[in-house]
Amino acid sequence: MTVQELPGAAAYRPTPPPAWKPLTDPAPLLPDPEPYRVLGTDAAAGTDPELLLRLYAELVRGRRYNAQATALTKQGRLAVYPSSTGQEACEIAAALVLEDRDWLFPSYRDTLAAVARGLDPVEALTLLRGDRHTGYDPREHRIAPLCTPLATQLPHAVGLAHAARLKGDDVVALAMVGDGGTSEGDFHEALNFAAVWRAPVVFLVQNNGFAISVPLAKQTAAPSLAHKAVGYGMPGRLVDGNDAAAVHQVLSEAVARARRGEGPTLVEAVTYRMEAHTNADDATRYRGDSEVEAWRAHDPIRLLERELTGRGLLDEDGIGTVHEAAERMAEALREQMNADPALDPMDLFSHVYEEQTGQLREQAARLRAELDAGNGAHDESGAEEGR
Amino acid sequence: MTTAAVTAGERTGRARPATMAQALGRALRDAMAEDPTVHVLGEDVGTLGGVFRVTDGLAKEFGEDRCTDTPLAEAGILGAAVGMAMYGLRPVVEMQFDAFAYPAFEQLVSHVAKMRNRTGGAMPLPITVRVPYGGGIGGVEHHSDSSEAYYMATPGLHVVMPATVDDAYGLLRESIASDDPVVFLEPKRLYWSKADWSPAAPAPVEPIGRAVVRRPGRSATLITYGPSLPVCLEAAEAATAEGWDLEVVDLRSLVPFDDETVAASVRRTGRAVVVHESSGFGGPGGEIAARITEQCFHHLEAPVLRVAGFDIPYPPPMQERHHLPGVDRVLDAVARLQWEAES
Ligand SMILES: Cc1ncc(C[n+]2csc(CCOP(=O)(O)OP(=O)(O)O)c2C)c(N)n1
Repeated sequence: MTVQELPGAAAYRPTPPPAWKPLTDPAPLLPDPEPYRVLGTDAAAGTDPELLLRLYAELVRGRRYNAQATALTKQGRLAVYPSSTGQEACEIAAALVLEDRDWLFPSYRDTLAAVARGLDPVEALTLLRGDRHTGYDPREHRIAPLCTPLATQLPHAVGLAHAARLKGDDVVALAMVGDGGTSEGDFHEALNFAAVWRAPVVFLVQNNGFAISVPLAKQTAAPSLAHKAVGYGMPGRLVDGNDAAAVHQVLSEAVARARRGEGPTLVEAVTYRMEAHTNADDATRYRGDSEVEAWRAHDPIRLLERELTGRGLLDEDGIGTVHEAAERMAEALREQMNADPALDPMDLFSHVYEEQTGQLREQAARLRAELDAGNGAHDESGAEEGR
Repeated sequence: MTTAAVTAGERTGRARPATMAQALGRALRDAMAEDPTVHVLGEDVGTLGGVFRVTDGLAKEFGEDRCTDTPLAEAGILGAAVGMAMYGLRPVVEMQFDAFAYPAFEQLVSHVAKMRNRTGGAMPLPITVRVPYGGGIGGVEHHSDSSEAYYMATPGLHVVMPATVDDAYGLLRESIASDDPVVFLEPKRLYWSKADWSPAAPAPVEPIGRAVVRRPGRSATLITYGPSLPVCLEAAEAATAEGWDLEVVDLRSLVPFDDETVAASVRRTGRAVVVHESSGFGGPGGEIAARITEQCFHHLEAPVLRVAGFDIPYPPPMQERHHLPGVDRVLDAVARLQWEAES
């Protein structure tokens, strides 16, 4: 099947050459000026209690995961950890709206989304732990490698979704990016490709207020990041990123739309990064406590808890059970992370090419000889001194 | 942190311990103070002072128009710098980490490097691109690349790498003053290395393109630059136990390349090892070895050897110690220089 033969694609071809028709009604593409909310509004009544309880359990587990991972950086068990505390609703919803056959394209901050999608908590930390670049097989979990260079995963998501559609597979790709990442050229190119190809992709921007130290106002002059969608010819949706029910609903609609062949959607979730950029960053240099405190009142877990307890769906016991489960997960994670990973230095040469080149075989032999000779440069202690 | 520590030294007029990061920051400050056309731009360079704090205090002292937090877009940053330079400014761009400079490659290769040539000399671009580079700090992937080979393979760019606190200041001042574009590679594992240094009386540097002999010796020459300089100096000390008296040459820039200093040293010693942490295949060492062979063939007692990083993507932090060439690998190469004895 060619692109032109895809359902709906014909409508996007300029017909016939001279007649460029401006979009008579851009309204359906424009985001509402206010972020969409569910919790604490009339819309909440219609939400599925089971879904809300599931979201709640995952949010609590996610927060505990963030806290545990941050603690592990202090013990030197993780090289670095970019916490998503405060952003759990976005992370969890991103994972839960997808079917098994769909693909997730996370950024380096989205460990939690990967775990919520079912990835082993330790495998999800491999990159940040520093033993290997990616700790899982992306094809097995349909999670692309956590991506450090910003926005570079977005065109991949478009290409994969496009390929799946060409093959006739009913697959959607959900790609995550931060507010800062939307300034990169790759963001623009990905959105443009996705719209032109009507690729089944959902872009989720987690607008957490800052790109390291740079606030959104210095990042964009657009009324919202969701507004950017309009220029590409796709709908933009603005959602309260701390409202798990709202994020889940908006993303579900976007995924369903993509699945129906109606093309991509850009979702901006307005949230806040409660911790520093990573454990290595000092957030006091660029923001005040009062701002952080204001957001604490709008905590995603509290919002959901209030809804659930208010509706009698959750009580103290229920809350306790959820927290206990999270604690057990954290304990297991701590234990597993305290064990040193078994690393073979010879792995350095294992996956550069399918078959090692002559040079690499030679270099591998040299390293083998050094290791056999008990060369001090390879000791842990030697590494510390080298720093 | 930088400005305060440096000012203390300045007040007394005496040299004080300063880090390479502080000296770099001071170079930016002095250049901006002297020349109003010098502008600093990049990600997080303003309020935060850069993730390595090199630009700390500049936005406060010179205002946000002179030290600007840009949107997060490397191609945009460097592309904008091209336009600024076309209009008479002298932009100093910070790329946050080596591997995050790659989105700007198009601008660097197609425009920054070629503008002088394309315009028949009518439009030089005095842009300095600062890139924290190299490994050894336990960074996760994309935070430890050595990208000098890409840059040196692009005619039109100077490629400069300081290895000492003095050079960090001096070479950065020289780079900013240069009417040609400079890719200024800052070895990030040396950012915290210290030396007694006075901003009131910084050591004068020679123009970009002069190598220096950091340690005189007679038995062989170690040729190196940037992050590998301390490794080579340590190796040279260790080699004295074996009766080797090694000369260590710090290139300080790959482009221009100081053939004279290198060839003079190798002619004296008759043996040479090139040491760098970027990959060996297609790396700077191959070019350097070829030049030495071309110029010193009759003086050589052994082939020019290379000690380099493996030809692999930069490994994860737990494995990087196996990859980075350390003292032992250098000494091993030195031992192999006894060519006649072996053959
Ligand atoms: C291409 C590129 N440039 C620079 C960086 C360095 N960097 C890492 S995270 C970050 C800020 C990202 O901000 P944002 O996109 O808002 O995501 P957040 O960290 O807030 O989740 C920067 C500049 C990078 N990873 N990739």
